Amino acid sequence: MPRIVVDVMPKPEILDPQGKAIVGALPRLGFTAFSGVRQGKRFELTVEGPVTDQILEQAREAAATMLSNPVIEDVVNVEVLDETAAAAAEDVAAPTEAE
Amino acid sequence: MSETPLIGDLGETPSAPLSGARIGVVTFPGTLDDRDAARAVKLAGGTPVALWHADSELGDVDAVVLPGGFSYGDYLRAGAIARFAPLMAKIVDAANSDAKLPVLGICNGFQILTEAHLLPGSMVKNDHLKFICRDQTLRVENNRTAWTNQFEEGQEITVVLKNQDGQYVADEKTLDELEGEGRVAFRYVGWNPNGSRRGIAGITNAAGNVVGLMPHPEHAVEPGFAPLGADGHYSTDGLGFFASVLSQLVEAK
Repeated sequence: MPRIVVDVMPKPEILDPQGKAIVGALPRLGFTAFSGVRQGKRFELTVEGPVTDQILEQAREAAATMLSNPVIEDVVNVEVLDETAAAAAEDVAAPTEAE
Repeated sequence: MSETPLIGDLGETPSAPLSGARIGVVTFPGTLDDRDAARAVKLAGGTPVALWHADSELGDVDAVVLPGGFSYGDYLRAGAIARFAPLMAKIVDAANSDAKLPVLGICNGFQILTEAHLLPGSMVKNDHLKFICRDQTLRVENNRTAWTNQFEEGQEITVVLKNQDGQYVADEKTLDELEGEGRVAFRYVGWNPNGSRRGIAGITNAAGNVVGLMPHPEHAVEPGFAPLGADGHYSTDGLGFFASVLSQLVEAK
C-alpha cells in the first residue's frame, strides 16, 4: 500500500534539547566528526488506494495543522514514498545485518 | 457531568456563599491532576464539576480548569492531541465568546491551551533535559486576570513545579507583544527551572479570562500537603487562583 512521508524538524532558531544531548554523547562513542545534531520526526501515512492529488493535499494540510506546531517546527518534506526504491533499500540493508 | 466526589469529607468550606459557582475540571486520557484541581476548587469554596474530554457539551459551568498530566501520553507533542478533543472546541468557543468563560490551564493544560491557539507560544523540553520537581517561587506580574485578582502585583508566591516539557518558547515579536501588553502573568523568581524565554512561567490572553502556567497551584492549597513558602511556612498560595475566579464570578452575578 502506498505511503506518504511527512518530515517535521524543529525550527532552526529553536534550541533542540534532544539534538543537543545526542551531539554531546556522540564523541563518547568515538564519533567525532559531527558538530551538530537536530532531531526531527518522520510520519508515514498509509493510503488504501492510489495517492491522488487530493489525498496528497490532505496530507499537507494534516502536516501543517496537526503533525507539526508552526511555533516550534517546520514541515520540511511531504512526498509519496517510492515503494520500489524502499524495497531496494531493504534488500541492501539485509545482507549487512547478516554479516 | 456530575459533581466530583472527593476523598475525605471536607465539610463546610469557609466561603460557603461562593459554593454556587460551578468550576468544570476536564479529564483527558492521561490526565493526572484532575482530582487535585477539583479538591482545590472545593477548598476555595467552589463546586467542582467533572468534565470528560469526549463530551460534546460543556454543560452548566461558570469556569473551566484544564489540569496537569500527560494527555494521550504526550505523544506527537505535549497537548497536541488533546487539543482536538470534542470538548475543547466548546471550550475555545466559550473562551472567545462575549461571555469570556474563564479558563485556567495548568502544566499539560497550559500546553493544550497553546496548541489550541487560546494562548500564544509553545512548550518544548526543559533545557537541561530532566524531569524536574521542586518548590518554585513565582512573581505575580499581572493581577488583573480572572485567575489572579486576589494577588498583589509583584507578590511572590510558592507553588509546586513538576514537568518535562516546561520550556516556554515564542518568537521575539510575540514575546515583545506579551511584555508590552502586560500579558506575562507569572515569572520564575531566583532560578529559571527549564530555560523558558524571559523567565516566563505563565501568560494570559488579551481579555484576561484565559490563563496558563507551568507550575501547579492546585498542589499548594493545604498546609499538610504543600511546598515551603518564602516565609518558612507551608504555602497555600495556590488557593488564590481559585479564590480569584470565584470572586470574579460572584461579582459578575
